[in-house]
Amino acid sequence: MAKEKINMPQLGESVTEGTISTWLVSPGDKVNKYDPIAEVMTDKVNAEVPSSFTGTIKELAAAEGDTIAVGELMCYIETEEKAEESKPSDKEVSEEKQEKTGEDAPSADQSMKKRYSPAVLRMAQENDIDLDQVNGTGRGGRITRKDIEKVIKSGNMPSPGGSHEHQGSKTDTADKIPSAPKAAAAKPAESMPGDIEIPVTGVRKAIAQNMVRSKQEIPHAWMTVEVDVTDLVNYRNQVKNEFKQKEGFSLTFFAFFVKAVAQAIKEFPQMNSTWAGDKIIQRKDINLSIAVAKDQELFVPVIKNADEKSIKGIARDIYDLAMKARSGKLTADDMKGGTFTVNNTGSFGSIHSMGVINHPQAAILQIESIVKRPVIINDMFAARDMVNLSLSLDHRVLDGLICGQFLARVKDILENTNKDNSNIY
Amino acid sequence: MPVMSYIQAVTSALKEEMKRDEKVFVLGEDVGKKGGVFRATDGLFDEFGEDRVLDTPLAESAIAGVGIGAAMYGMRPVAEMQFADFIMPAVNQIISEAAKIRYRSNNDWNVPITIRAPYGGGVHGALYHSQSVEAVFANQPGLKIVMPSTPYDVKGLLKASIRDNDPVLFFEHKRAYRLLKGEVPEDDYVLPIGKADIKREGSDITIITYGLCVHFALQAAEKLAEEGIDAHILDLRTIYPLDKEAIIEAAKKTGKVLLITEDNKEGSIIGEVAAIIAENCLFDLDAPVQRLAGPDVPSMPYAPTMEKFFMVNPDKVEKAMRELAEF
Repeated sequence: MAKEKINMPQLGESVTEGTISTWLVSPGDKVNKYDPIAEVMTDKVNAEVPSSFTGTIKELAAAEGDTIAVGELMCYIETEEKAEESKPSDKEVSEEKQEKTGEDAPSADQSMKKRYSPAVLRMAQENDIDLDQVNGTGRGGRITRKDIEKVIKSGNMPSPGGSHEHQGSKTDTADKIPSAPKAAAAKPAESMPGDIEIPVTGVRKAIAQNMVRSKQEIPHAWMTVEVDVTDLVNYRNQVKNEFKQKEGFSLTFFAFFVKAVAQAIKEFPQMNSTWAGDKIIQRKDINLSIAVAKDQELFVPVIKNADEKSIKGIARDIYDLAMKARSGKLTADDMKGGTFTVNNTGSFGSIHSMGVINHPQAAILQIESIVKRPVIINDMFAARDMVNLSLSLDHRVLDGLICGQFLARVKDILENTNKDNSNIY
Repeated sequence: MPVMSYIQAVTSALKEEMKRDEKVFVLGEDVGKKGGVFRATDGLFDEFGEDRVLDTPLAESAIAGVGIGAAMYGMRPVAEMQFADFIMPAVNQIISEAAKIRYRSNNDWNVPITIRAPYGGGVHGALYHSQSVEAVFANQPGLKIVMPSTPYDVKGLLKASIRDNDPVLFFEHKRAYRLLKGEVPEDDYVLPIGKADIKREGSDITIITYGLCVHFALQAAEKLAEEGIDAHILDLRTIYPLDKEAIIEAAKKTGKVLLITEDNKEGSIIGEVAAIIAENCLFDLDAPVQRLAGPDVPSMPYAPTMEKFFMVNPDKVEKAMRELAEF
């Protein structure tokens, strides 16, 4: 018998922590290897954590709702395997530790201590420094030019034949060198008198983290097409009052766009993908995230299976989700499972923008303002309702060709949306 | 300031110079109606007409030769080699005629030609479409070789090249064409040929490079900054003649120098940079001068894995930088 630890596993690329949503076992329960022991929620996936051993659960190290970093302890289990068999893991740990201490103490290897570069030798001679008394921070204990510069700057130069006290203080300065640049790099912005400091918490923090991660991980590329939606605008304006009266909520332009995107994704499933390190996962369900802004917050609730819904159904979902967002009633379920994002930037009056992809999706489409513009048709000017659709794509997953075809299809659908061949029900 | 891609900066420099000086004209394969295979001359044919945007036969020797002749009679031709790899048939014209005529005629004649050529790999172009050829020309006094790394530098240096009274080879990295974007002033400005530019100030290690590798170095430097490694990056911009003063200053700054080129290592331009450092900086050096370059194989391979092996990339740069910093 041996007491083993079960740690939080790595549940996906870039996942750093998981929250225990439900424990599936309690202390005293017998489990087999690979049996699920807990449901864990991360910002990317919800998953069951399997047991790494066969045995009896001894102690849960975290409560439901606790967040545990990857590699940290979840629970203890008493295994039925013999103690010897479990030892390798202990050994690994201790070996790791040894390696780490090796790294932490560069002084161990001193093979380069007496190899002086021309710069170091010159500076030591010019300043009459006894190199034997200088600690090196370079590889193999080599004294670097920076080490000497530091010594000269400190004004505390160990001359040949200097006292031991001298030597002691010298060593201290030299030891501090490696940490100095790090501290400088991490220095945060300072605020001036009169500036307002706003603590970054909750949703703002999550937005910041997601945006940084998306921009750091995903090589963004961009593409914009312009679409003539004159017929769509006429159609919608014709029916909107009647619709509102009958259904009790508004028929927005955005619903038409979401519908067209869902339909086009059905034909170009590549758009509905996720980068997963060594593979690309193409999602079966078309769940469209839409961005909903509320004061200082931004939510991306999801219209599930958008391809199966009518324009009316989508309009209702948009209405419901927006109302929920504004009254703070969105649930985790409402935000889960998005596979592609449609962003109604036009509602802010934007006519062109480059969206940040909603990680881990592969693309985001910005629906810009519909603007009446002069357009040349058959060599004549015409006043047409034009709209720009701006796509940001994960260039690891998607290329220009497929995105161009996708956008062309969306354009085609929208330009052929009119009262004769479209149905909102 | 508008944000432009590297290739848009090429086009806008050409357009502005053609507007400014009617002696400026463009010639090359498919530069006219098609606007160039990379679309560097897009729109010039429509704006300036067939007399100033010339489609030539597939004969690089003629493109260079016609340009040199026109230049000697007072025109300012901008000749395009479709790929730098195709410049070889024109080498005799460029080296034997363009580079030497001022010297040979005791200043009676000069050749104000600019020869543009896209070079470099990383685009699955394999041989004939990926090579770096600058070293072939980099010991021919009389020639100048400009290899910019940013859209801003492209516009300022291409304008300077066109206005220069002697032949300039202007090599543009084809992968940078649409990869790199940056702010470019709309107004008229020129940058000095023969001057290197500090792209990042730092105190731990010095990187000296040019072209697309400048960006690899900048990317790696940002990453290493988090570990407290502070890189100083010098962009040569003009690789012949070299800005010796700037090279010496940058090398002395940290005493640890990494030289990077995408070209084959042996005989590449960075070997000359290393020699300048060796002649002038011995007592400031804190580590052996390091070179990161393509392997000494005849050409960029086609297989993606082998191309990756050949090409310099941010990971290789980061590794080389870290090793030097730790030395």
